Amino acid sequence: MSDHITLQIARYRPEQESEPTFNEYEVPYTKESAVLDGLNYVKDRLDGTLVYRWSCRMGICGSCGMSVNGEPKLTCATFLADYAPGPVRVEPLRNFPIIRDLIVDIGDFMRKLVRVKPWIVREVDKPLSEGEYRQTPEQLDEYKQFSMCINCMLCYSACPIYGLDPKFIGPAAIALAQRYNLDNRDEGAGDRMEVLSEYDGIWGCTFVGECTKVCPKHVDPAGAIQRYKLTAALESMKSFFAPRGA
Amino acid sequence: MIRRHPEPLLWMLFSAGGVVSAMLMPVLVLLFGLAYPLGWLTPPASDRVRALVANPLAAIVLFSLIVLSLFHWAHRFRHTLYDGLQIKHLSEVIAVVSYGAAIVGSAVAAYLLWQLS
Amino acid sequence: MEQTHTGSYTPYHPRWLRRRLSTYWWLEKPAYLWFMLREGSCMFVAWFTLYLLWLLDAVLEGPLAYELFLAWSGTPWVVALNVVTLGFVVFHAVTFFQAAPQAMVVRLGRRRVPPGAVLAGHYVAWAAASVVLWVLLRGA
Ligand code: SF4
Ligand code: FES
Repeated sequence: MSDHITLQIARYRPEQESEPTFNEYEVPYTKESAVLDGLNYVKDRLDGTLVYRWSCRMGICGSCGMSVNGEPKLTCATFLADYAPGPVRVEPLRNFPIIRDLIVDIGDFMRKLVRVKPWIVREVDKPLSEGEYRQTPEQLDEYKQFSMCINCMLCYSACPIYGLDPKFIGPAAIALAQRYNLDNRDEGAGDRMEVLSEYDGIWGCTFVGECTKVCPKHVDPAGAIQRYKLTAALESMKSFFAPRGA
Repeated sequence: MIRRHPEPLLWMLFSAGGVVSAMLMPVLVLLFGLAYPLGWLTPPASDRVRALVANPLAAIVLFSLIVLSLFHWAHRFRHTLYDGLQIKHLSEVIAVVSYGAAIVGSAVAAYLLWQLS
Repeated sequence: MEQTHTGSYTPYHPRWLRRRLSTYWWLEKPAYLWFMLREGSCMFVAWFTLYLLWLLDAVLEGPLAYELFLAWSGTPWVVALNVVTLGFVVFHAVTFFQAAPQAMVVRLGRRRVPPGAVLAGHYVAWAAASVVLWVLLRGA
């Protein structure tokens, strides 16, 4: 059995148009078909000029994020049957510059990500002969949730604060900073605080909370940001009452 | 080194104000805003209220409620103007007006409670 | 085919389409509108704070001023405003408590208090504070 559904796909071909237009395509679907399968059908059979990103088609690589009927979604994990009888509107992720069709520029996010040093920072690395850095299951649980992030940027797309002010460092970068701050092997919290305690770090956030709602990995970036605000506020009170050198 | 700016302090005041107003304000609105004016309950006599707020502990609670609520308002108001109306270019004016109003209100509260003590 | 940029990376590529968020972005999704209402609750918090200041002023001036304040607080527009205020203040309380377990990790010893218990704790405190105020402010 195979029903059909209409995809309304945003096209933006900078050499021929200055505003995106919508093209309609009829695609077959079953209850297992993801929106991404629909796009692949279009590209393979109907219109080879359509461009979009994808790789793993199993919710791991984070490259297939698009706006589906206005909501940021991983298209490989969003099913056409849920939108029957259609039509389904597929657009590039909001809040990012559009390069072509469904492809957005991810450079801004990539540059922000390295600013928070999302890796284990050690003041001095322990020599190999002393063995590995130990971690108990409880210590792992402290940050595990934040380590699930796949850098899909759906949270940025849902965040009006990022949309209004692209300087805002944004949900996933802060959640990833927390992922390392809360890791007992890490010593980089001070470095990250410098970046995040700026106005464009955590303070621009007004807890809209949409980042957490759209996150396909239940990372809860909104929670990470609020918790970080508390840490940063207490830290700054401390440095106020006990100034440097004290 | 962390650069000094007032954001952490303002956020603390905002949060504290959020908690205090959430805990205390609904029942106060219910009593002084509806139950007494509409005659559902007899209002306390003027002397009784006066004796109550003359109690140092009550005065402190009331003072915190008023001051923190004002700073809670100022913070949200400022951010809502930034985000909702996209007028961040007026940010200095907005910040001065909102936190300034909160400071004036706090001074008034301090004066009244001082007189009543 | 993905279009890749060869040569130096150009963050300000002239052909990329950049769109501004509309001023009315908060009308675009129910969740955004909900957020704006939540933030708007602060206006009612501020109104009632002023109301409390007036009340204190009346108490300071004496029994007559207090009676006048009570009479004024019964006028239709003040009552109407306070009905809306009650709605928004309760909305504020509920949304603020809702956010609490997300925004802080409470520990008892080494164990993390489950978020549900943190939320329940807030409601218990809310109820207790309301009862205390109610009893203290009861009329004769
Ligand atoms: S926090 Fe969630 S929504 Fe944001 S990039 Fe990571 S996985 Fe995607
Ligand atoms: S294709 Fe990898 S997450 Fe969807």
